[in-house]
Amino acid sequence: MSEIFETLQLYFSYPAVRYAFIVGLLIALCSSLLGVTLVMKRFSFIGDGLSHVAFGAMAIASVVGLTDNMLIIMPVTVLSAVLLLRTGQNTKIKGDAAIAMISVGALALGYLLINIAGGKNTANVSADVCSTLFGSTSILTLTSADVWMCVGMSAIVIATFFFFYNKIFAVTFDENFAKATGVRSDLYNLLISVVIAVIIVFAMKFVGSLLISALIIFPSLSAMRLFKSFKSVIICSVIISLLCAAVGILVSIFAETPVGATIVAANIGLFLVFTLISFCSGKIRR
Amino acid sequence: MSELLNCKDVSLGYEGSVVIDKLNFTVEKGDYLCILGENGSGKSTLIKALLGLKGTISGEISFCGEVKKNEIGYLPQQTIVQRDFPASVREIVRSGCVNRCGLRPFYSKEEKKLADDMMKRLEITPLAKQCYRELSGGQQQRVLLARALCAARKMILLDEPVTGLDPKAANEMYELIDSLNKTDGITVIMVSHDMTAAMKYAKHILHIGGRQMFFGTKEEYVNSKIGKAFLAVMGGDENV
Repeated sequence: MSEIFETLQLYFSYPAVRYAFIVGLLIALCSSLLGVTLVMKRFSFIGDGLSHVAFGAMAIASVVGLTDNMLIIMPVTVLSAVLLLRTGQNTKIKGDAAIAMISVGALALGYLLINIAGGKNTANVSADVCSTLFGSTSILTLTSADVWMCVGMSAIVIATFFFFYNKIFAVTFDENFAKATGVRSDLYNLLISVVIAVIIVFAMKFVGSLLISALIIFPSLSAMRLFKSFKSVIICSVIISLLCAAVGILVSIFAETPVGATIVAANIGLFLVFTLISFCSGKIRR
Repeated sequence: MSELLNCKDVSLGYEGSVVIDKLNFTVEKGDYLCILGENGSGKSTLIKALLGLKGTISGEISFCGEVKKNEIGYLPQQTIVQRDFPASVREIVRSGCVNRCGLRPFYSKEEKKLADDMMKRLEITPLAKQCYRELSGGQQQRVLLARALCAARKMILLDEPVTGLDPKAANEMYELIDSLNKTDGITVIMVSHDMTAAMKYAKHILHIGGRQMFFGTKEEYVNSKIGKAFLAVMGGDENV
């Protein structure tokens, strides 16, 4: 046992490991806060959809010859997230179809653009696609500036969520009712979508879009198995998310497994446990 | 009695195709208006337009006098999203108070008490901690009505309030709405195709079907040609 602690102590004496731990937990926390809203709005797949948009934007950047990809990727991705989410319940193309349309479209156009340009940059593209899926900055090579940026973003997200908690609930549960009774639901929808877009884009940069999709849906789905009120579901999903992220990072240090995949595996495990518990308790009640 | 709502030559529809043409009617303070019509006649569309959820093709809907947007309650038809939403009854009822908050992030003591009172009134207090998706259709409807009552200070709009309720629960629902109108003086606008209830409770009737077929008091409706024809078909009680 003491051996494990010694190894831990050794690892945590490296700043890179500490940074990875902090950033991982913060992103897990932020994404789980809005997970319930996204799942209920039928936008569970938004992380994946947006990564394809980021690929399209990256294609534009490499064709134009921009050195800093983020200058184009950030605004384009945030904009498409806002476009996807702000329209809410009253669209003709529903959430899943809209995401599919935007992501496939962006992927195809990006690929087309690269082929037409036929540039020297094509070799980098497959690496770039890989990085949007699994994170462009490896979580173990974060700088302290990255960490501070992440801390700042998390603080803003958490504060926004607390301040507008009741409005977010009202708009998620019944947008039309909120609007009909004089709540400015368009404004709150926009707010929610900007916050979500910022979380996803940041998380995509650090941990990749595969992981962000998992971080958004798994904790909320697990929590929804057992808990009955919005507040308890959110609190529970935050705890699940933090726990799985911490366990995932620690396990990946010891077992030398990929960090993101390990966190997702932890989430899947917990989801199965929660499903089992809810199944059994349902049996008992009957 | 003062006028609260005025519809002038209002036409409604989807993408250019007109569903209802040229509606003209007024609603007065303390009124109980029942909007009748067959399926697809545009009743729900009209309610949405009155609430500002849908624009009009032409014409003007104006709230005159003392009703502000955040003093109106609304009982919508249920959406699919809500059926599996993880929320407790208390949270949903309280969300009816959101329009009173303005920028204030949390509910005040009075708002929480209001939500509790409404739950007591609809006899759903024992369900307060239950999950919405585990309730029966009638209980869910009561929860949504309690929420609407939290938002309604002057006026309430109800879109087919008894859908999916058994006759006993439907009757209780109607009695409750009636008491809101009579004791609390809340103006009621209700969409329904339940003739019996309309004849029993409403003060005014608006009958639509592509266009405005009738608007007037209940007594006038019973004696009108269209009213007689509709009552015969729908089997309503003609001896009111």
